[in-house]
Amino acid sequence: MAGKPKLHYTKGRGKMESIRWLLAAAGVEFEEEFIETKEDLEKLRSDGVLLFQQVPMVEIDGMRMVQTRAILSYIAAKYNLYGKDLKERAWIDMYVEGTTDLMGMIMYLPFQPADVKEKNLALITERATTRYFPVYEKALKDHGQDYLVGNKLSWADVHLLEAILMAEECKPDVLSAFPVLQAFKGRISNIPTIKKFLQPGSQRKPPTDEKFVAVVRKIFNI
Amino acid sequence: MSGNPKLHYINGRGRMEPIRWLLAAAGVEFEESYLEKKEDLTKLQKNGSLLFQQVPMVEIDGMKLVQTRAIANYIAIKYNLYGKDLKERALIDMYVEGMFDLNELLMGYGYQPADKKDQHFTNMMDKTKNRYFPAFEKVLKDHGKDFLVGNQLSRADVQLLEIILMAEEFKPDILAKFPLLQSFKARISNIPTIKKFLQPGSQRKPPVREEEVPKVMKIFY
Repeated sequence: MAGKPKLHYTKGRGKMESIRWLLAAAGVEFEEEFIETKEDLEKLRSDGVLLFQQVPMVEIDGMRMVQTRAILSYIAAKYNLYGKDLKERAWIDMYVEGTTDLMGMIMYLPFQPADVKEKNLALITERATTRYFPVYEKALKDHGQDYLVGNKLSWADVHLLEAILMAEECKPDVLSAFPVLQAFKGRISNIPTIKKFLQPGSQRKPPTDEKFVAVVRKIFNI
Repeated sequence: MSGNPKLHYINGRGRMEPIRWLLAAAGVEFEESYLEKKEDLTKLQKNGSLLFQQVPMVEIDGMKLVQTRAIANYIAIKYNLYGKDLKERALIDMYVEGMFDLNELLMGYGYQPADKKDQHFTNMMDKTKNRYFPAFEKVLKDHGKDFLVGNQLSRADVQLLEIILMAEEFKPDILAKFPLLQSFKARISNIPTIKKFLQPGSQRKPPVREEEVPKVMKIFY
């Protein structure tokens, strides 16, 4: 049906997952067209609908948007998840860049050879517990409010919850030293739109397994 | 003490250069504090100045902003280089993200180990000529206007000029097949604030030299 955003990507998380999260949190219904083979990707390219020949691509409001951050910024601004002024936006941007870096590390894990994977898993845990989570723990602790920025749900909160859950998939007790983040996780997970997204049957995608890695490699030639 | 923004980074392009370009294009004077050795970075990390223990960091309007994109977004909005509405911002963001990707490739070449340099060079030139420059040439061709978005100067134009010049440093005739990018380059280079930044003696940084690379690696690794 026209009017709903339409996502073009594989059936996996990859770089599209944060976009699914944000649309879901904003209560926006969306459609998905899955790239299953190399030919599917080639068709999008030869149709001229991918500005830089890459996905994610999201058809939204008459545009064919590409570039993950551009898409996320648009959605955040459109659905009032980007703070109320320039300074709040700056904080949201900083926080989101941190969680992007952390999730970026986790995203590539399934694609790495076994020995590298083990080292990187240790690095992810180290970065999560010494570089990233302390920042968000402190931010919440310092102002004592429910949300990271401006006492209101923003893109930063949604992105942080996503990052926490991904990190926990790597190491289930990764939040053990972060009581404020544990409470945050509980609180944000209970927001109705997000709670719905976390339930089975939603458009949230599962972690990438070995079988899917092979599919992705074929599609993107990597 | 001045109210000028203060940039903390190495005395080189890296990830700070797009920020220098933006400030210069906006006509904003800025100061720089250079990391010359590891202790300089450690000091900033220890005194809590770096949110994620990393640079770039820019002191501006009472904040210590980190993360290249967060900094660039703030400056672009503050100085009206980010379009007039959400849709213009969307276009600017798409273009600029492509430019950031290309900048990573171009900027990263100098830091590649010797055995990876050739492959990196081939890949970056291929992407420049076959992925990015054609996209921007088409944007300009389709609307026929002087600027990439909204018929006025935006960060997209500034960053495009920056990467055009970087690409030309590697291959002087890289714009041979892109006539609109050629005239774009001349036009944007002539904007007074940008023209000034392009002159010797400005805060624009030169490409990293091979002999400088070990020193930089020591600071960050």
